[in-house]
Amino acid sequence: MKVKGRTISKGIASGPALMTSQPISFLGGIDPPTGQIVEHGHELEGISIKDKVLIFPHGKGSTVGSYVMYQLKKNGVAPCAIINLRCEAIIAIGAIISDIPAVDQLERNPFEIIHDGDVVLVNGIEGYIEVDIG
Amino acid sequence: MHLTKEEEAIYNGEFGATKQKAMEILVALGDIYGAESLIEIESAQISGVSYKTIGDAGLEWISSLDDRVKVPAILNPAGMDREKWSEMGVSEEFAAKQKEILKVYERLGVSLECTCTPYYLNPPAFGAHLAWAESSAVAYANSVLGARTNREAGPSALAAALIGKTPCYGLHLDENRAPEVLVRVDIELHDADYGALGYAVGKIVGDKVPLFRLPLSPSKDELKALGAALGASGAVALYHVKDVTPESGNFDVPTECISVDSEDIKKAYGGNTPDLVALGCPHCSGAELSKIADLLEGKKARTELWICTSRRVREQNKEAVTRIEQCGAKVICDTCMVVSPATEKFKRVMVNSGKALQYLPSMCGVDAMLANTEDCIKTACD
Repeated sequence: MKVKGRTISKGIASGPALMTSQPISFLGGIDPPTGQIVEHGHELEGISIKDKVLIFPHGKGSTVGSYVMYQLKKNGVAPCAIINLRCEAIIAIGAIISDIPAVDQLERNPFEIIHDGDVVLVNGIEGYIEVDIG
Repeated sequence: MHLTKEEEAIYNGEFGATKQKAMEILVALGDIYGAESLIEIESAQISGVSYKTIGDAGLEWISSLDDRVKVPAILNPAGMDREKWSEMGVSEEFAAKQKEILKVYERLGVSLECTCTPYYLNPPAFGAHLAWAESSAVAYANSVLGARTNREAGPSALAAALIGKTPCYGLHLDENRAPEVLVRVDIELHDADYGALGYAVGKIVGDKVPLFRLPLSPSKDELKALGAALGASGAVALYHVKDVTPESGNFDVPTECISVDSEDIKKAYGGNTPDLVALGCPHCSGAELSKIADLLEGKKARTELWICTSRRVREQNKEAVTRIEQCGAKVICDTCMVVSPATEKFKRVMVNSGKALQYLPSMCGVDAMLANTEDCIKTACD
């Protein structure tokens, strides 16, 4: 199934979905050497975002989080793509400077049509995602 | 967002990878915040300078850029005085990284004046469009000078500097500059009271535009203190003071209203004996340096006493600086008590700033207490 959205950061990538309904702070919330979520009490605490299509509502926390996304990419532990419900400046800038494809505002709620581990393709050039369902 | 032919070409990479990234950032922000186009800016002020705040992650990204800024651009405070870092107690390792960051900005064509008060160096005109990042400078430019800037992040201010434009949304537009909440203050305020006022009101109004009704007209330095605290405890980027700030009469008085009494102001004050007294958040003006020099006259600082300012203001006020230093205080440039790691070795810091009061505990792990300028000097010299 193909679902249209809005381009935030260009590029195309696909990988297994990693989903959370909680916002993510990249500064302090994710460990730059490993890509593990380390925010205490986060529902994905201890899980690595490496090579995942990371699906979360939006970012939060310090604007330095954009730079942390760049560091994750350099360390080879960044997500391969990002889907947000509504992207804000920290994630948008972070995805752009790190060459991580990102889209938001899909025509259908990603939390209703995608499940953890589903292989999702994110096309940040034309602004859509594709997922096999059923 | 509508792009001109040239902007489109930059977006498509025809002017190199750095400009392309910068344009992608501006376009994404414009789309997110509903801008219809980009507008030209007169200057940029870039945050994310101290190695303490941006770390290796930030250093790596800025190092990857290869271009020059298109408009005058200036830096926020770094993590140390560029000349007296060793005297401040900053480590060699930190200093090496900090110098590397400054070198990269220099290569990008950014002026190495590191200050949160760029308006003392080149004051923008009323109505000028800017892309400034430092929250207190944003509040001052919008509110006191009537210039127009959103609260930029480090990378978006740098992107705007590289392109010479910023997406036209938020405070660049008239309709978003109207006050949303009236703040009634019936007590007379002086000096650090304005920081206390901003500290209290920022927590309540968040990112709304407040209109203050005050019994006394605050000085420019007091307005600076008010805006800095509003932007730190809240996310205020523009405020108005009735009959004082230039746009205060342009709009209807909002119906939402809050009152501030003397208890709200007093609450911000107090605390134990400090082991550091630090003034100059935001960086001192020439008038503030003179006032501090006068208060120090005939005294000797017994507690560590820092006076933070920009290098240019220091050079323009040599007489006051000499008088301050003769009393054993340190006049520190390029940095401040909040973004320098040198503050971390202290336990309790006394300040005359509502902004420093907000940030010192979380950013430096120290207790902070507020006092007016006179009491700060008295305490340091007791």
